[in-house]
Amino acid sequence: MAALLLRHRDIPAIGELDVYQKNGGFEAWKKAVTTMEPQDVTNLVKASGLRGRGGAGFPTGLKWSFIPNTIWPHYVVANADESEPGTFKDREIMENNPLQFLEGVAIACYAVGANAGYVYLRGEFWPLAAILDEKISEMEQAGFLGDRLFGSEYSLHIYTHLGAGAYICGEETALLESIEGKRGMPRIRPPFPAVYGLYGKPTVVNNVETLTNLPLIVEKGADWYKSLGTADSAGVKIFSLSGHVKKPGNYELPFGTTYRALIYEYGGGVTEDRPVKAIMSAGASSAMIVADDKALDTPMDYASVRTLGADLGSASVIVINDSVDVDWVINKTIHFFKHESCGKCTPCRDGTYWMQHLIERIESGEDVEANTRLLRTVAKQIQNKCLCPLGEFSTMAVTTAIERFPTDFQPSIAGGKHG
Amino acid sequence: MLADNYPDEIERILAKYPPEQKRSAVMPLLYLAQCQDGYVTKAAMEDIARMLDISSTDVAQVVGFYTLYHDQPAGKFRMQVCTDLPCALRGADKFMQQLCTNLGIQVGETTADGLITLEAVTCLAGCDRAPMFQIQSRDGLEYHENMSVDKTMELVETLKKSQAGVK
Repeated sequence: MAALLLRHRDIPAIGELDVYQKNGGFEAWKKAVTTMEPQDVTNLVKASGLRGRGGAGFPTGLKWSFIPNTIWPHYVVANADESEPGTFKDREIMENNPLQFLEGVAIACYAVGANAGYVYLRGEFWPLAAILDEKISEMEQAGFLGDRLFGSEYSLHIYTHLGAGAYICGEETALLESIEGKRGMPRIRPPFPAVYGLYGKPTVVNNVETLTNLPLIVEKGADWYKSLGTADSAGVKIFSLSGHVKKPGNYELPFGTTYRALIYEYGGGVTEDRPVKAIMSAGASSAMIVADDKALDTPMDYASVRTLGADLGSASVIVINDSVDVDWVINKTIHFFKHESCGKCTPCRDGTYWMQHLIERIESGEDVEANTRLLRTVAKQIQNKCLCPLGEFSTMAVTTAIERFPTDFQPSIAGGKHG
Repeated sequence: MLADNYPDEIERILAKYPPEQKRSAVMPLLYLAQCQDGYVTKAAMEDIARMLDISSTDVAQVVGFYTLYHDQPAGKFRMQVCTDLPCALRGADKFMQQLCTNLGIQVGETTADGLITLEAVTCLAGCDRAPMFQIQSRDGLEYHENMSVDKTMELVETLKKSQAGVK
């Protein structure tokens, strides 16, 4: 099947305005503004079954429907903060198929009655912001953005905003704080951004990949979109494949493709042809899955991955072969979350600090059994006690590594095989 | 003064946000300050605070929170190598050690000629093209992916030549 999101793989110059238009670009945008009411667009997206691609999997149309019509103005913010270790899909979309993404932002803005949209990019995407700025100005010149679009009363402007290196800003309320010029620390919810978002106004925050689906849904309809994927997971998904595979990269596949197919058919198999030991299904914040036959034959959709005690999340699949021990793996993930904890909630700030000390003791062979028990206890104490999911994320790999890979935490093994 | 050196950029930045929300411009203005001085000076922080009608503490806390802002000078080029899990599974730790040996510095240090500061950073969304790093300089940020030590040392030579004659 031709790619729907990574369309540059089939049409290399799709990022150019004329090429994009020749291939149906902005038809959906024009159709929405000239023939549909905002509410129709929301209903269509609801009916399509599209769920947020940033990790949480929340139904997109439902999220939009929470925006009240009693408080104005409304904002749409595209979350392009892509910072989860193992995730690099939004970057490929924006680098190569930026117009489809921006058309998606525009459609979301129209659906919720926003006249301004912001694209929040992680600071490291500096060159990408320049590309998007250029594309936005081309769209303005061509009459796809600006005042009174297509002869209607509707006006829309889109702006880019660069972050500056903070994983936490991928969390939507921290992201909003960051646009407001503050430290990126999560807000207490409720109120949710749908009611109290950017500048205290109703705001929709959607992931880049989610938004990039919208032109297709408006063009081809909800039934078409639902016909792709599985019953609870409509459409296609980009799987970012990394780690011990021969051909790492992004693979756009229907939901329901198995891990085995992703790793062996698309990814070319495991590095050095070793056996897969563990799979992390959603980047560094993922539970560790024991890569047995049952796991490898599991279809990648929201419900099925949950049966493995893990989440589909942003579908960032990190493959780990038997050349490394999982105590080393969680040393890496703990280090990441300790660095990225914003410090607002004590269980996360101090918990990640202590987890790092404990895993370092385990790695150095110091009283491995007692320190492993203590590490698990500390991880459990972080869970369910923080304002945002970062604290929770920091413990997912830790607890599941200890529970599912006990051998790697035996005194004679721990601190052994590193990457 | 930023306002003297970058009038057009500042106007363009402020236009992105509602007039009553100009505090939002603090992050782009801090990048501008780094373009000007190589790092965020105390004077630049005060400059930005005045422009946005906020306190210099409000500016300083943003500088302190985000890793891409620096309140201390360093080498002309900050080489920021990702050593997170996906990159490490593709040899990033070993790559980093070899870079240290070749550059004759440890992580966090700057080469004697003031050219390169070597830093370990968290995920840069380049996991499939590791080993990889970004170079942060006055000119912004640039990715270098699928790197080897040899290719990196060639890049260092190129950067060195580009700086010959620049004060």
